[in-house]
Amino acid sequence: MQLYEMTALALQKVIKEKQASIPEVVQSQLKRIESTDPKIGAYISTFPEEAMAEAQKQQKILEAGGTLPLLGGLPIAIKDNICTKDMLTTCASKMLYNFCPPYDATVISKLKEAGAIIVGKTNMDEFAMGSSTEHSAFHLTKNPWDTSRVPGGSSGGSAAAVAASLAPLALGSDTGGSIRQPAAFCGVVGLKPTYGTVSRYGLIAYASSLDQIGPFAKDVTDCALLYSVISGPDPKDSTSVMPKPFNQKANLEGNVKGLKIGLAKEYLANGLSFANRQALAKAQAILTEAGAEFVEVSLPLTQYNVPVYYIISCAEASSNLGRYDGIKYGFRAENAESLKDLYEKTRSQGFGAEVQRRILLGTYVLSSGYYDAYYKKALQVRTLVCQDFAAAFTKCNMLLAPTTPNSPWQFGEKSANPVDMYLEDIFTVSTNIAGLPGISVPVAQDETGLPVGLQLIGPAFGEENLFKAAYVLEQKGDRLGLLPRL
Amino acid sequence: MTAYETVIGLEIHVELATKSKIFCSCSTTFGADVNTQGCPVCLGLPGALPVINEKVVEFAAKAGLATNCRVANYCKMDRKNYFYPDLPKAYQISQYDLPICEDGWLDIEADGTGKRVGIIRIHMEEDAGKLTHNDKTGHSYFDVNRCGVPLLEIVTQPHMNSAAEAKAMLENIKEIMETIGVSDCKMEEGSLRCDVNLSVRPIGQEAFGTRTETKNLNSFRSVVNSISFEEKRQIRVLETGGKIIQETRRWDDELGVGYSMRSKENEQDYRYFPEPDLVPIVLPQEKIDALKESLPELPAIRRNRYKTVYGLSDADARQLVFVPAFANFLDEAIAAGATPKAAANFLMVGIPFLLKENNLTENQIPFSPAILAELIALIENNTISSSIGSQVLAELFSQKASPKEIIEAKGWSQVSDTGLISQAVAAAIAENPQSAADYKSGKGQALGFLVGQVMRATGGKANPKMVNEELKKRLS
Ligand SMILES: [Zn+2]
Repeated sequence: MQLYEMTALALQKVIKEKQASIPEVVQSQLKRIESTDPKIGAYISTFPEEAMAEAQKQQKILEAGGTLPLLGGLPIAIKDNICTKDMLTTCASKMLYNFCPPYDATVISKLKEAGAIIVGKTNMDEFAMGSSTEHSAFHLTKNPWDTSRVPGGSSGGSAAAVAASLAPLALGSDTGGSIRQPAAFCGVVGLKPTYGTVSRYGLIAYASSLDQIGPFAKDVTDCALLYSVISGPDPKDSTSVMPKPFNQKANLEGNVKGLKIGLAKEYLANGLSFANRQALAKAQAILTEAGAEFVEVSLPLTQYNVPVYYIISCAEASSNLGRYDGIKYGFRAENAESLKDLYEKTRSQGFGAEVQRRILLGTYVLSSGYYDAYYKKALQVRTLVCQDFAAAFTKCNMLLAPTTPNSPWQFGEKSANPVDMYLEDIFTVSTNIAGLPGISVPVAQDETGLPVGLQLIGPAFGEENLFKAAYVLEQKGDRLGLLPRL
Repeated sequence: MTAYETVIGLEIHVELATKSKIFCSCSTTFGADVNTQGCPVCLGLPGALPVINEKVVEFAAKAGLATNCRVANYCKMDRKNYFYPDLPKAYQISQYDLPICEDGWLDIEADGTGKRVGIIRIHMEEDAGKLTHNDKTGHSYFDVNRCGVPLLEIVTQPHMNSAAEAKAMLENIKEIMETIGVSDCKMEEGSLRCDVNLSVRPIGQEAFGTRTETKNLNSFRSVVNSISFEEKRQIRVLETGGKIIQETRRWDDELGVGYSMRSKENEQDYRYFPEPDLVPIVLPQEKIDALKESLPELPAIRRNRYKTVYGLSDADARQLVFVPAFANFLDEAIAAGATPKAAANFLMVGIPFLLKENNLTENQIPFSPAILAELIALIENNTISSSIGSQVLAELFSQKASPKEIIEAKGWSQVSDTGLISQAVAAAIAENPQSAADYKSGKGQALGFLVGQVMRATGGKANPKMVNEELKKRLS
């Protein structure tokens, strides 16, 4: 096995036992990116020199008898909407094509402190708006399991990077499924943490009340490790609510005996692919076998999840993206004749079609005369969705659900009608609406061999139980240790 | 001819005197170099998040308590969205439907009559940056220093009917905010600004006329002048058969004219919605009660105390209370033993004059209230005359010494030696026989001239009372 193919935990061991030096680990990773990323397109920018310099610095510390921090020597890929000091941070948008933040996001400071080595920034749907990474202003990212298909989105670059061994670990952000859906499509593990457990300071906002940064990894153990580093309170983020970071010593191998797992009947309605149904049945069998008990629950508002999500997220986005006006940084249109003209030209030329669509939608639902019918109503439904989940969690410890209704689609397949793509978010958006944690873990494959991931959804701060159940699914499922042939 | 009544409501912006900005730790000091007080948060850089300054919430609550408002136990911040180059995020974080304070009032007095003016609400918000334009190059420049400076917006009921009442209300707000220490209310630095909503209606008509809003008035004078201008303009429009257009207007203080900026139809839709980056603000009742408890004596109560306890006139009490720094100084001087009336006089005349001479602010009186008390005692026990007292006061602005030390060093002690005074009086009479004769023939004012001559001859040190008596004795 090559160094670049290893999990983070395996690399830690290799470094600790001096089977390879940190520069060797990083060099292996960078070579892999150089040879293979042209086939995938996971990265927008890479930082080979900086990464090697950091690797050498850490190696010296190690050789001087020092100890490495938790993620010491481990390469990591960062979604390009997370601010990295003096490193290009574009949101995959022409609008920010030249934007170098003067500061690090809190998660980046934490990663640097923990010794992680940033090898590059990953591709995404522009401003995290999309489910296929086809809306990047720069290039497509291909699904490592079938390069004619999408990797999912919006964190498609991060998911594809981990799946194609272009990084053992990656950060993404999840506003309506943007970590879990590409994790499922690319056959990796992805966690959307409880809202408020990971600081959003430095995450370029799409929809502030829904956005959450989360980890991607090759397996559940690595995912928990990365989550323990990035979680915890942050005085710079008022919505940060976690009293202390997730315990990285939590025993994930502890069994799931006695855990009650809910299946929402609304999630099993038509529209779910055969492969997903089969995977669900398989997961239910694995978890039952491991001692968990299944109960039926109801989430009656499921049909409203997608519209509520799009109203709230677009409303917030229309405000969050107002600052891209060509005045202070980023793209500025030329030949503007007035201030108004500068705004219009900059925003028409700088934003892609999907971003413009969502800004318009969001502007509309907040406009006087429409606010009550759309935005206010959506907030009311949001409260009810939270209550539905709360009721469900009186009967069970977590829910088992599909991550996506279907397998990854071909490029362009769902581009004609945006609503088709929006409907793919049906199983993921509700956890964002309610601020709950959800993890997607690979369990099976479809008829053509593409990975199928399933989702476990917990009550707020229920990550530890989610990891435990996901660990069982991973160990007993069909996908453990599989790598795409590239 | 119809008689009209003016109806005025004010929106008053008060800049809060916190050390740091409302959502970041940047300094708020006025007058710093351009673009030296900024950070990712107040520059609205992608990814940066606001965190509310607790002091702003505290100051806002205090302002509400001091103006008889109800302070909310639960309120939130909202976003007001609009595009302008001085607004880096393209939204201002403000408060919309749940302001921190509501339903207050203040009693004002104008033209000799009192009335109660209602306050609809007080809310917190952030200031925008500053733009300057170079007309020669056509370029505009942006200064971030003011971005995120905390503001209160105080919205009154349309309860005022004249420029004098509006001015009185504004003065009341100013002295209250200064007294409770939440703002220095320096109009020249823009820390107190005012928008005037004005309409006119025929006297007796209940329905309001169409109103206009004149924005950004930053002196009492411009408030008064713009109101006079606008009420006359509206009446003229109505009398010539026209209609008032609901619009936003701007006031040109130099030209003394107001003009239309934009009409209601062109007004923006601000698309307010709850600020998702901040959590709701919860103020437990105990905290509100404690803040109320901590408020200093408010101006209305203080004015009353000055009249009843110190025996000052209404006008004097008003003048002193209007400048909290002076009122505080007065209270402390009296506590140190000064006679109220004498101390009040120094604070209304001599001290303001000397502060201005020396380019000092009201907070920078260079000596303690106890020193003033000492000076007053020296005048009252005849050690010095009151004119020497004024000279000692001037000296107190240029040297660190007690009044006694100054008097000794300058040899200004009042002469109460009967022999010396008698000599000087005799000399004055000898040198001015005509005046002496005039007085004897019944022209009383001649005595004043002779007293003046004696005082001059003694370098102002002679006890004036004794000089008077001696003159009268010798000329009788
Ligand atoms: Zn700042």
